[in-house]
Amino acid sequence: MADVNRGNRPLSPHLTIYRPQLTSITSILTRLTGNALLIGALLSVWWFVAAASGAESYARADAVITSWFGKLVMLGSIWALWYHSLAGIRHLIWDSGRMLEITQAEKLGWAVIVGSVLLTALTVAVL
Amino acid sequence: MGYITDRKRAVGMGSAHSGTMHHWHMIVSSVALVGLVPLFVFTFGRAVGLPYDEAVAYYARPFPAIVAALTFLVGFIHFRNGVQTLIEDYVHGFARKALIIAMICLSYTAAAAGVFAVARIAL
Repeated sequence: MADVNRGNRPLSPHLTIYRPQLTSITSILTRLTGNALLIGALLSVWWFVAAASGAESYARADAVITSWFGKLVMLGSIWALWYHSLAGIRHLIWDSGRMLEITQAEKLGWAVIVGSVLLTALTVAVL
Repeated sequence: MGYITDRKRAVGMGSAHSGTMHHWHMIVSSVALVGLVPLFVFTFGRAVGLPYDEAVAYYARPFPAIVAALTFLVGFIHFRNGVQTLIEDYVHGFARKALIIAMICLSYTAAAAGVFAVARIAL
């Protein structure tokens, strides 16, 4: 019973078979940004650990994060953080049973995309 | 039956029997992060690039230090649960278990390192 047809069962259609839509793209981006944020998060932890270790190690970590490449990674992380946060709020709205109609879901999708860009611009302007 | 809440009705269902709690933990941590993330971005963003003495003095203050410690703690627990869903969707067999264990260890290590570093700077 336990080893009847294991691993060879039919699968439901997946990503490759569907036409890209706003709802699917924003969903994929939610997963992508959330997991990619590991890089920015580990860089931030490194900055704190370096600051706790002393002036020399701090100078090294801070130089990497404020280099042009470090800044590029941090800028991407800030956008990913805002995008993932807004997309998360969208999930909280959906979880409460609201805005589940396709037209409403697509409106929320645009709000997440536009909102994340605006918040990133605001963050860069303020900091 | 009428006295049972919606969540209670879902607890224990599904093939893993634990999906409801996983989902609930994601909701709790994401609500917490909605508040923590903006606070962290606008405090940490101010400290990055400061000279050593000033950066340490900045995180010796309670507010930025507590925000940073909470963000690392809640953020990495949220990541630990989120990345598990990613792995379960795309990786199968032994590699799935190995990756999930590795990511759980990485998440708690990073959270501990972050919280320890903040405490060391602040105290």
